[in-house]
Amino acid sequence: MYRYILKRLLMLIPVLLGVAFLIFAIMDVAAGDPVYSVAGADATPEQIEVLREKMGLNGSLIERYIRYIGNLLRGDLGTSYISKLDVMKVYLQRLPNTLKLATLTMIVAVGMAIPLGITAAVHQNSIRDTTSMVLALIGLSMPNFWLGLLLILFFSLRLGWFPTGGSEGFRSIVLPAITVGTSLAALLTRTTRSSMLDVLRQDYLRTARAKGVSERNVIQKHALRNALIPIITIFGVQFSNVLGGSVLAETVFAWPGVGRLVVDAIDQRDIPTVTGALVMTTMLVTIVNLLVDLVYAFVDPRIKAQYTK
Amino acid sequence: METNQTNRSQQRATKLYKKRSTLEDIWRQLRRNKGAIIGLILIIVIILVALLSPLLLDYDKDVIGQNIKQRLKPPSSAHWFGTDELGRDILSRVIYGARYSLAVGVVAVFVALAFGITLGAAAGYIGGKFENVVMRICDIFSSIPSVLMAIAVVSALGKSTFNLMLAVGIASTAPFIRVARAAVLVIHDEEYVEAARAIGMPDWKIIWVHILPNCLSQIIVQATLRVGSAIIAAAQLSFLGLGVPAPAPEWGSMLSAGRQYIRDYSYMTLFPGLAIMLTVLSLNMLGDGIRDALDPKLKR
Amino acid sequence: MTNQEANEIILNIRNLKVRYETQDGIVKAVNGVDLTLRKKRTLGLVGETGAGKTTTALAIMRLVPNPPGVVECDKLEIGGQDILSLPEHKLEHVRGNDVSMIFQDPMTALNPVFTVGDQIAESLEIHEHLSVKDAKERAGDMLELVGIPRERANEYPHQFSGGMKQRVVIAIALACNPQLLLADEPTTALDVTIQAQVLELMNELKEKYDTSMIMITHDLGCVAEVCDEVAVMYAGRIVEEGTLEDVFNRTMHPYTEGLFNSLPNIKDRKAKLKPIKGLMPDPTNLPVGCSFAPRCNYATDACLIAQPQLRSISQTHRIACTAYDNPEFHIERRIL
Repeated sequence: MYRYILKRLLMLIPVLLGVAFLIFAIMDVAAGDPVYSVAGADATPEQIEVLREKMGLNGSLIERYIRYIGNLLRGDLGTSYISKLDVMKVYLQRLPNTLKLATLTMIVAVGMAIPLGITAAVHQNSIRDTTSMVLALIGLSMPNFWLGLLLILFFSLRLGWFPTGGSEGFRSIVLPAITVGTSLAALLTRTTRSSMLDVLRQDYLRTARAKGVSERNVIQKHALRNALIPIITIFGVQFSNVLGGSVLAETVFAWPGVGRLVVDAIDQRDIPTVTGALVMTTMLVTIVNLLVDLVYAFVDPRIKAQYTK
Repeated sequence: METNQTNRSQQRATKLYKKRSTLEDIWRQLRRNKGAIIGLILIIVIILVALLSPLLLDYDKDVIGQNIKQRLKPPSSAHWFGTDELGRDILSRVIYGARYSLAVGVVAVFVALAFGITLGAAAGYIGGKFENVVMRICDIFSSIPSVLMAIAVVSALGKSTFNLMLAVGIASTAPFIRVARAAVLVIHDEEYVEAARAIGMPDWKIIWVHILPNCLSQIIVQATLRVGSAIIAAAQLSFLGLGVPAPAPEWGSMLSAGRQYIRDYSYMTLFPGLAIMLTVLSLNMLGDGIRDALDPKLKR
Repeated sequence: MTNQEANEIILNIRNLKVRYETQDGIVKAVNGVDLTLRKKRTLGLVGETGAGKTTTALAIMRLVPNPPGVVECDKLEIGGQDILSLPEHKLEHVRGNDVSMIFQDPMTALNPVFTVGDQIAESLEIHEHLSVKDAKERAGDMLELVGIPRERANEYPHQFSGGMKQRVVIAIALACNPQLLLADEPTTALDVTIQAQVLELMNELKEKYDTSMIMITHDLGCVAEVCDEVAVMYAGRIVEEGTLEDVFNRTMHPYTEGLFNSLPNIKDRKAKLKPIKGLMPDPTNLPVGCSFAPRCNYATDACLIAQPQLRSISQTHRIACTAYDNPEFHIERRIL
């Protein structure tokens, strides 16, 4: 098991290097030459060369990339062109907000999806099933920033229960979490239902019933555990996506998270910030993916057996 | 009595085993699915509206023509959906906006299809190092959230409708690579493919003639469902100001404008959002229906 | 005398009917079955696939899935207790405690995410209210009883072979020492050598615990091995029942005869197999008359008119066949 984890951690390295390079290359194409915009129009060629060296922009793409990776290993993501602040510092400032929102979002999503999905599967083709599936379909088809606007309209402006935006106190996180959580719940509900339907037809549930296990435990203990793998997969993908920042919800609710940081930086051509934030996000995402794979092993002994092999 | 019964079971058997073309078969399955039919009708109506809108509306006058005297009028008999901050009729803009959203959705999916199928099929067929590299790139792409990916591409290429299509397309390529590769891997070792190889058919022709038609069904399903998510992705980018440039009536950018006036003129945020939802909903209903029709085992 | 006899009856079913209401029509799986089983006896329920054997067993457990299954029954008693009127939570006390079931396919009958020890212990925790620790201990005992070292209790089903899994399933079924055991083709999915081992094990345990058993099978050899009584099912009805002797040596029903004729005869390898022609009737569309008539060599016009009722031939032997209205009638099979 430990060997498996070690192997997976080692495999992270090329992926991270690849992501860093990809972002590096895209930003290189995108940015044109940032030196001129920083130096100003009336800078002499000498001044520009000095500045270029200072900004670490001398040399070929590959040379700069290697230098960047070297700095990255020391925890240095460079300095923002715009704010002149340390990118790592800025990122770590935003990260807690994103983590808070991501966690609450997933709690909302799972809290809605698992009960709905199970009910739909257990009472297949009933009115409850149809209702859950129609709700999930609508959730899947609704752009979440629009849902956010509707929630603001109703709960903030009409009822005044929650602030329209910002990050002051618990109340301000409720609407963004519901907004993102609801749209994630749609896919998660569908996954739960279809996975449960698969499991509900399995013979071992009949064995459990024949033992005298109550229907409640047949579903919650015997069936759900077996249905979890696809649910965890989708959960992992969604969780890593919200770790990258729910850009739209952050925009709608003026939530100062990582997503907004990246979008603003892209807007301002602030390459170090974009690259740094995306590289850090990718690192988080790959770690979450690894955790998801480890959770698989806890849920299903057959997968664990594969890992230890 | 006895003969009667044998007759019936014979009829049943012929009914079951009669050869039917797959398309006809899919249509028969689809027709029985109420949701899919509703989705199909809705999407046909939306496509017709998009196609016919230039005949109904004068783009310069009705869609982007400003009329400050008429600004921010709530829904009325003259302006069913009200007017926006520049006095433009929101209904006209929503109708015309269908052109943008559908075009972006469809073109983006075609971009994703073209990249995805070529790379995926080649990866599955060629295998080895090439497959490894493609799949790792696929991993890299999937580990960046797709909205951020699209934002990065748009900002690299510059804001324009075409770049928006390209960005959304590139950001949704990875799933198609996976589907195409998986399908090719399954079919790769079938005997008829080996037979084709044995008679010296070139590789590209084997992929085109024998392999792709066999994974077409999965690709159609993916594509239908992806058009919906591409429309949402495009609206998201436009909402962030990275999509179709003003003054074009893109639903996402209309929502972005409406957001400024949400406190007092909430109807501005209502209708473009409804339009997005209705379009994506009908695509999803149709896509789900096609999926169930293609694989009746999944329809439970 | 009569009173004592009645006390000994473990299972009493009258007029059991089960139908599945599906989109393609109503499948009549069981069409009026009566069964009586006395203590310590083993009944073999024999018939082709689709005859309604498994559905009968599930109906006894009240485990026919609804929808689509609908069960109708005049009487269903296990150990004198009326099972029909019990609410669901009371049924849970009956299942696994008074009556247990062994399923056909051991490969799929065990939950892949729990250890075999936990799966055996679960019924002990439910019915005997043992602590987790005691239940685990008893689960170990049960494993040893079925010939598996107790150390393997912490392993998962995928670590066991098919025969071992079936032993685990047997251990689960017998954990709470039920009065009645329903074994649904317990050996069909196993290798021949393993089949014999499992049958012997079941015989042994049944003796040891005084359990009554219904053995569902299409394997007549298996019936001869373990059963005291035999009931032959066809299209959801019992067509012949009696003691093992009655059915094997004094066969009367043409369908039973057909089953025996379908077996190869080692003594006369030149003799051709005589399979029963045709297929079982479509259960969504059963004929008005005898269900077997379309395939029966002896069928007359009378057979097509009405469903034959079970009639007593002797104290123990009963058949449902219209042909015996004619006192001259007899089947070809040599009566020993």
